[in-house]
Amino acid sequence: MARALTLVRRRLLGSIPVLLLVVALTFLLLESASGDAADAYLLSIGGGDAAFAETLRQAYGLDQSVWARLWLYVQALARLDLGWSVAFNRPVSDLVLERLPNTLLLMGTATALSFALGSFLGILAGSRPGSLRDRLLSAGSLTLYAVPGFWLGLVLVIVFSVWLRWLPTSGLETIASGKHGLARAADIGRHLVLPVGALGVIYTALFLRVMRSGMAEIWERDFILFARSRGIPRRRILLSHVARNALLPLVTVLGLQSAAMLGGSVVIESVFAIPGFGRLAHEAVSGRDAPLLMGVILVSAVMVIAVNLLIDVVYAALDPRIGGREAGP
Amino acid sequence: MNFLGRIAAAPGGGAGLAILGLLALAAFSAHAFFPGDPLRIAGPALVPPFSSGDFPLGTDRLGRDVLACLMHGAGISLLVGIAAAAAAILLGVAVGAVSGFAGGFIDECLMRVVETFQIVPGFLLALAFASVFGASLPVIILAIALAAWAEPARLTRAEVLSIREQDYVASARALGMHPLEIAFKEILPNALAPVLALAALMVAGAILTEAALSFLGLGDPNVVTWGSMIAEGRNVIRSAPWLSILPGLALMLTVLGVYLFSEGLSHALRARP
Repeated sequence: MARALTLVRRRLLGSIPVLLLVVALTFLLLESASGDAADAYLLSIGGGDAAFAETLRQAYGLDQSVWARLWLYVQALARLDLGWSVAFNRPVSDLVLERLPNTLLLMGTATALSFALGSFLGILAGSRPGSLRDRLLSAGSLTLYAVPGFWLGLVLVIVFSVWLRWLPTSGLETIASGKHGLARAADIGRHLVLPVGALGVIYTALFLRVMRSGMAEIWERDFILFARSRGIPRRRILLSHVARNALLPLVTVLGLQSAAMLGGSVVIESVFAIPGFGRLAHEAVSGRDAPLLMGVILVSAVMVIAVNLLIDVVYAALDPRIGGREAGP
Repeated sequence: MNFLGRIAAAPGGGAGLAILGLLALAAFSAHAFFPGDPLRIAGPALVPPFSSGDFPLGTDRLGRDVLACLMHGAGISLLVGIAAAAAAILLGVAVGAVSGFAGGFIDECLMRVVETFQIVPGFLLALAFASVFGASLPVIILAIALAAWAEPARLTRAEVLSIREQDYVASARALGMHPLEIAFKEILPNALAPVLALAALMVAGAILTEAALSFLGLGDPNVVTWGSMIAEGRNVIRSAPWLSILPGLALMLTVLGVYLFSEGLSHALRARP
């Protein structure tokens, strides 16, 4: 436990300079856009004269230099203030907190299901590398992994919502349904089937492939040969030696993929009109809302750090060799 | 040719080469079969596929020829995919090599920057970059490259660090070779092989990212892309679902071709004596 705490403390301290770099680079990138928040606001209300634009710029603090504003932004961040969204006319942190649970629900469900299914199918494929079953599963997963997620979402909508009329096309729940408790949960569940399916199929293919190639490698190792020569039944070698050792790297892949998964949620949430965190990024871009986009990028970076930290702690708990080296004396 | 032959002989590699060859053929012959702007109105709107001899794959909402758009789109997808992956690898190899050779403080700083680019979701970065500098092909290519260069940088650095400790590098040093000569003749060529194996996968990632950006309306509006075709077809998804389905199938086939090619490539690289 003490080892895990040391690891957490060291990693948190180490992530501060990286986060500051994220803030500075994103700030400077968004700063190079032509037009600022005052322009965006004027556009949204139908225009105004130069004097009004000047008043707005003073109100937003846009009359100061870039570096002064960057410093102010960092100071506000220290108070957990992410600034003011121009497009929604609300604090960015409120918007993020409102949208984040929806995305976590969607991604958490998709990840959990595909992790279970992907590692199971991976064991099926990796139990006898080169067999017909392995080749079928490998080819199938490669094909599925080539499918663009947003397009798969659209195809699922065409089949299950337009043709079969089984499931709703978009949203997270029926608007103003007046449902409570279990009925509401069932409603949300029905809405989640297609987006979770679109995300999950691709993750499943990924987990299957990683699990399978990890197992194919472990079968060649000396300790497997040794286990065989000791006469341990093949089934036990498969489960408690090969599959078990291949499962740990799969957890690392989960961490490495977390950034890509968050990026993927932008498109999937736009396809299914889910009011989530990813869609917020798209809305920030369409609304030319730099503070909101900045907030979304920053929060997603924090989430990626948090997920990787969590995975490292789990890893250190599972594998005594790792924690000792990472946490140090 | 010998190397291509080895890729073709590897499992999957032949199919990958065939798919990519067909796509390249489609892209290069697009101007011969369908000269002029594929985005112009060519006939009646919403002709279903396989129903008219003039428009084998039908027309879209505005009467544009779907087959012409698909073939012109193949060129754009391949161009963006290859250019973005090449730019990302150039940048990544440069940063990774400098980091690995310099060590110390420079290495520490560069690796922090690489880490920064790895924890920000690449798609969000590309989205922000494209929205700031306006959607045009060079900006899209740069945006995707910027979102993808961190991995080759890390890989190159790790390779350089491990190769510089090898015996043959030590013997080159003992022979009195100039450090720059060692870097360029002994270390870098050997560090590049795993990066090249990654290159094909990066092309696939870049093609998918471009499609997703176009789908969200952040692609270059003056050229036809498969992503924008899918987005355009979405408006009539109930009455004409093929308009979204067809370009997606093309996209999937392309990415699958790149994956198969990449499997063949890594097979051929491993088999190299």
